[in-house]
Amino acid sequence: MIRIAHLYPEHMNIYGDRGNIIALSQRCHWRGIETQLVPVGIGSSIDWGKIDLAFFGGGQDSGQALIARDLVTRLGASLKAAIDDGLVVLAICGGYQLLGHYFLTHTGEKLPGIGAMDLHTVGGTKRMIGNIVVETEGLGLGARGWGLGAKRSSGGVPSSQPLTPSPLLVGFENHSGQTYLGPGVQPLGRVLAGFGNNGEDGSEGAVYQNTIGCYMHGSLLPKNPQLADELIRRALLRRYGRAELAPLDDTLELRAQQAMIARVTR
Amino acid sequence: MFEDIRLSAAIAAGKAAGLASRVLGRGGGTTLPGVVARRLDPSVLRRLATRLPDGTVIVAGTNGKTTTTRMLASILEVDGRRVLHNRAGANLLSGLTSTVLDGASLRGKLGAQIGLFETDEAALPDVLGETLPRLVLLHNLFRDQLDRYGEVDTIARKWRVALEQLPATSTVLLNADDPATADLGMGLRAQVQYYGLEDTRHGGGATNMADSQFCQRCGAPYHYSTTFYAHIGHYTCPGCGHSRPAPQFRLERLELDGTQASRLLITYPGGALDFTLPLPGLYNALNALAAIAATIKLGAKPAAARNTLERFSAAFGRIERIDAGGQPLFIALIKNPVGASETVRMLTQASAVAQPTTDDQSTIRPQPSALSPQPSALFQPPAPGLDLLIAINDRHADGTDVSWLWDADFEQLAGSARQVLVSGTRAEDMALRLKYAGVDPTRIGVEPTLAAALDQALAQLPADQTLYTLPTYTAMLELRQELVRRGWARPFWED
Repeated sequence: MIRIAHLYPEHMNIYGDRGNIIALSQRCHWRGIETQLVPVGIGSSIDWGKIDLAFFGGGQDSGQALIARDLVTRLGASLKAAIDDGLVVLAICGGYQLLGHYFLTHTGEKLPGIGAMDLHTVGGTKRMIGNIVVETEGLGLGARGWGLGAKRSSGGVPSSQPLTPSPLLVGFENHSGQTYLGPGVQPLGRVLAGFGNNGEDGSEGAVYQNTIGCYMHGSLLPKNPQLADELIRRALLRRYGRAELAPLDDTLELRAQQAMIARVTR
Repeated sequence: MFEDIRLSAAIAAGKAAGLASRVLGRGGGTTLPGVVARRLDPSVLRRLATRLPDGTVIVAGTNGKTTTTRMLASILEVDGRRVLHNRAGANLLSGLTSTVLDGASLRGKLGAQIGLFETDEAALPDVLGETLPRLVLLHNLFRDQLDRYGEVDTIARKWRVALEQLPATSTVLLNADDPATADLGMGLRAQVQYYGLEDTRHGGGATNMADSQFCQRCGAPYHYSTTFYAHIGHYTCPGCGHSRPAPQFRLERLELDGTQASRLLITYPGGALDFTLPLPGLYNALNALAAIAATIKLGAKPAAARNTLERFSAAFGRIERIDAGGQPLFIALIKNPVGASETVRMLTQASAVAQPTTDDQSTIRPQPSALSPQPSALFQPPAPGLDLLIAINDRHADGTDVSWLWDADFEQLAGSARQVLVSGTRAEDMALRLKYAGVDPTRIGVEPTLAAALDQALAQLPADQTLYTLPTYTAMLELRQELVRRGWARPFWED
C-alpha cells in the first residue's frame, strides 16, 4: 500500500498533469499494490510521515498565486523537511518552480518558494512551447540511483524495433519561466529537442534526494513508464525496505514514447 | 473617393483570390480572399460590416459556437432575414473578412441585412473592435489548446477589456451557468442578459476539469449546489455572496433521448417554447437555448425558432450521420477535454439505454416521458457495446499539445467500448490514454493512417451497428475528405 499526496489538485490541474496520478495508481493497481490518494488543498492538514509519494502539477497563473501563500506559509517547512528526509516527489512546471527558492517576476518582484530545491526561476517574455525529449543518461543520475534504463535504444521505426526501456524521457513543455539550478541539485537530464529549464544551458529538470522537478507535461508518466516505476519503487523501498515490481506489458507505453522520439529527434 | 477606390480594389483582389483558389482545387477559399483584401485595405471588414442595415451578431465560446451560430442563422432565415454567415467555420479576422467579401458586390454593396459570425476566442477582441456588433453571445470558456490560446483566465481578461468598449446600444448575452462568462457581465456599458439551465436533474457531470471555480471578485472557491459538467452549474461565493445571475432565458426542463434527440421547455420574458431538438446531448440543448435567447433579442419570431430547430441538422462533422456504403457512421468532433468528456458521456449514456440487462430491464429501459411523444426510431436495438474510431491529430489547428487527453474523462468508456480503433498523428497517445482509462488493451487497435483505420473499423463493425467516430478538427476534415472521395458525403463548402 502506498499513499500518494496530490498537492492542490483543485488549483493546479491544467495541462493534463492528472495523467501522472492516473499512471501511478494504475501501475500499482495492475501489480496488486493498493494506493490511497490524499488531496492536499488550501488549509488541509497533512502528516508527511504517512505519505509515500507526492505529486505537484502545474496550474493557471491565478491558481498558482492563490496557493503559493498557503504552501509557503503553512506547508513549506514541513514539506522541505520531508524532502530532505527522502520523500519521493514529482513536481511539474508551477509545482517545480514553487519547490525552488523564489520566482522573480518581470516587474522585479521576488515571489518566495519553499526552498526545498536549490534553484530559482525568472519570469521570461518568451513562451517555450513544444514537444521535448530529454536524455537522462550519464548526468550523475546513475550515481544517485536514478538509472532510468540501461542503454539507449536506437530509435527508428517504432513498431519494427524491440521495445526496450529507454534513458530518454518525452513530454510537452509550455512555460515562460526560466529556471536556473544551483549546486545543490543535479539536472534531470540533457535536452535533445525542446527548451528545458531555461532554453539556454541545455538542462531540463532537477533532482534532489528522491525529488524530481521538471517542465514536462504530456502527461509525463504514462509515456515514460520507466520513471513512473522508479518513483513507485523508491516509495516502496523507503516505506518497507524492499521493493520488487512485477514486470508489466509496456508495449503501448513504449510505442507512444518511441513514436515521439522518432519524430522529434529525426 | 480614393478610399472607395481602395475598397473596391481590395474587394476585387479578394474575390479573384477566392476564385483562383477554387479553380486550383485548393478548397473553398474561406480565408484567402480576406487575407488578400486586408492587405490592400485593412479597414475592409469594418467598412463593409458597418454597412449591414441590421448590424452584426458575434458568437464566441470554447464549445458549441459553430452549432449555435448555425442554429441562429437558420432561424433568422426562416424568419425572413437575409443573413451573411461564416458558415464554413473560418472564424478568424481573415475568415470573417472573406465572408463579407463574398456577400459584397465589387462596389461594396451588401445583399444581406444582418451579419452573423462565429468568432475564435483569441480573435474576439479585434473582431469586436472591427465589427461594432449589436449583439455579442458568449457561450462558455474552457481550457482549449493551451499552447495556442493560453490559460482561461488570460482569455477572460482580454475579453473583458474588449467588452468594456461596447456602447450602451449593444447587447451582451451571457451563459449564467459558466462563471467565466457570467462574471464578464459586471460593470459593462452594454445591456447584459443571461440564459441558463434550470433543470437541476442534469447535475453530476465530470468535475475534474473545472477551470473557473474561484470567485472573480474575491478568489474564494465557488460553492456549487449543482454541477452540470466542468465548471458549468449553479454557484454562489461563500466569501462575498456573489452568485450565478438569474437568467432571463431559462431551459426549465430537458429530457435527453440517447444519441438522437432531446426535448426542451424554454421560458423567456413573455413566453415559452416546447419542442424536440433532433440533436443529442446536454451541450446541444444549451446551444439551442443560446440560439433562442439571441433570436428573441434580435426580435425574430419565437415560432420561427421552434420550427427551425425541430428539423435542424448540425454543421459538418459536429454531429453528423453518414451512410458509409450501407453502414451507419456517426461523426462527433472532439477538440478539448470538456467537449470530449460530454460527447463520451452522451454516447455511453445512450449505449447504456440501448442495452437493458436481463435481470433489471425495467429500470434501464428508456421511459418515454410525458413531455415527449416518442418516435419509435429514437431507440436502437440492444447492443453489447460501442464501436469507436478515435482520431487524434496534433496539427496547429488541433493544438500541438495532446496533454488534454489526460484531462478528458475517457474512463467512461472502460465498460462500454466493444472495439476502439485509434488513428491520427497521435494515435499512440490515444491508445495509451484508453489503456489507462481501463479499456481492455485487447479491444484497442492502432492504425495511424486514417483511411486505413476507416477501412478496418468498418470491416470489423458488426451488422446493424453504428461506427462512432470521434476526430479532432483536422482529423475530421481528413475523414470527411475521405468520405467525400468515396462518394458517401458532400464537400463541406457545399454544405
